[in-house]
Amino acid sequence: MTLEIITPERVVLKEEVASVVVPGTDGYLGILPHHAAMIASLRIGVVKYRQGDRFYPLAIGGGFFEVVDNRAVILANTAERPEEIDIGRAQAAAERARRRLQESSDETDVQRAEAALKRALNRLRVAKGE
Amino acid sequence: MRNIRRRIRAVRSTQQITRAMKMVAAAKLRRAQTGVIAARPYTKKLAEVLGRLAAVEELQHPLLENRPVQRVAYVVVTGDRGLCGSYNINIARQALEAMQKEQDVEVSIVAVGRKGRDYFLRRNFQIMQEVLGLGEEIEFARAKRIADGLMRDFLGGRVDRVMFVSAHFVSALQQRVEVQQLLPVLPEVEEQVAPDYIFEPDVKAVVDVLIPKYVVNKVYHNLIEAKASEHGARMTSMEAATNNAVEMIDRLTLLFNRARQDAITKEISEVVGGAEALKG
Repeated sequence: MTLEIITPERVVLKEEVASVVVPGTDGYLGILPHHAAMIASLRIGVVKYRQGDRFYPLAIGGGFFEVVDNRAVILANTAERPEEIDIGRAQAAAERARRRLQESSDETDVQRAEAALKRALNRLRVAKGE
Repeated sequence: MRNIRRRIRAVRSTQQITRAMKMVAAAKLRRAQTGVIAARPYTKKLAEVLGRLAAVEELQHPLLENRPVQRVAYVVVTGDRGLCGSYNINIARQALEAMQKEQDVEVSIVAVGRKGRDYFLRRNFQIMQEVLGLGEEIEFARAKRIADGLMRDFLGGRVDRVMFVSAHFVSALQQRVEVQQLLPVLPEVEEQVAPDYIFEPDVKAVVDVLIPKYVVNKVYHNLIEAKASEHGARMTSMEAATNNAVEMIDRLTLLFNRARQDAITKEISEVVGGAEALKG
């Protein structure tokens, strides 16, 4: 099946893959070729696709997933391969988010900081190949 | 003769400025154009998914709600600066035209860009909100803030419909002004047989995320289209200005040479006349 990963800025990937695992809101979903038509909302997490016997991970910042006619499309808010991740920047973002979580009590601030922290930790995990 | 020379000098320095502006616009256009083209697949796909979804399910979401329209907001996207030909005025005029067609509703304006704001301020329109200084690179976060504000106004009942007037990039030489409805969201239902979707986790969760995302992305996409269009318009108009200057310099140079030749001819005939007179 073909897998496309598209962000608002660009098409990150369009390739033939053997399978793909996406971070659904309620847990990871594994998709094999000829899957039934599906729409899923995605959370911050790791997308992993297989070609041959190799797995390739990407960090995504939430979004959508659609499979129709053996075509899988991930509409991601952000998507980066491990080598594209700026580790220093992700660490700084994690640090900033942690500080904000300690200092602020405003609810939207806390929510925002939590999301930022999740994104940063997710990037770091993918970059380090965990 | 001195006058002509002075004018040549003035036109030449103007030409240098317009040429520099053209080059700057061309460089910015290249980047903006690449960005717009790279962003189109996401926008297209999102609209497709929404369209297919609307074909299968009776979608329920507050942002889809059609209610009796009393207040309409027009978001008018222009540039902050001029010197880009008829770019700004075209958009403002089309917006004005669309607004004049509105019957029995109260129209207010969300002005994105200084030129559009000034145009409507001069005509005593009510400006509900203004967004200035978007800059050369449209940030997604900035677009999201604008979209969030519009959605809040719609959900809070301050407006019943939101229209979006902006330029779409066709080529460096061509922009197309479009008037689109942003809210309530109008899914473009696809005619083809819709697939029998499985929803994960469920329809409501998917729709609740998809629809606001669609609105935010539409605002973002329209803004980057508008920015690329503006650079294109500026490049074209500055190129035309530079060419006009070249033509003008040619004409003035010709005029100057003719005047100089006349002066020389006159001098020679005076000298010859003088010599003749001396011969007696």
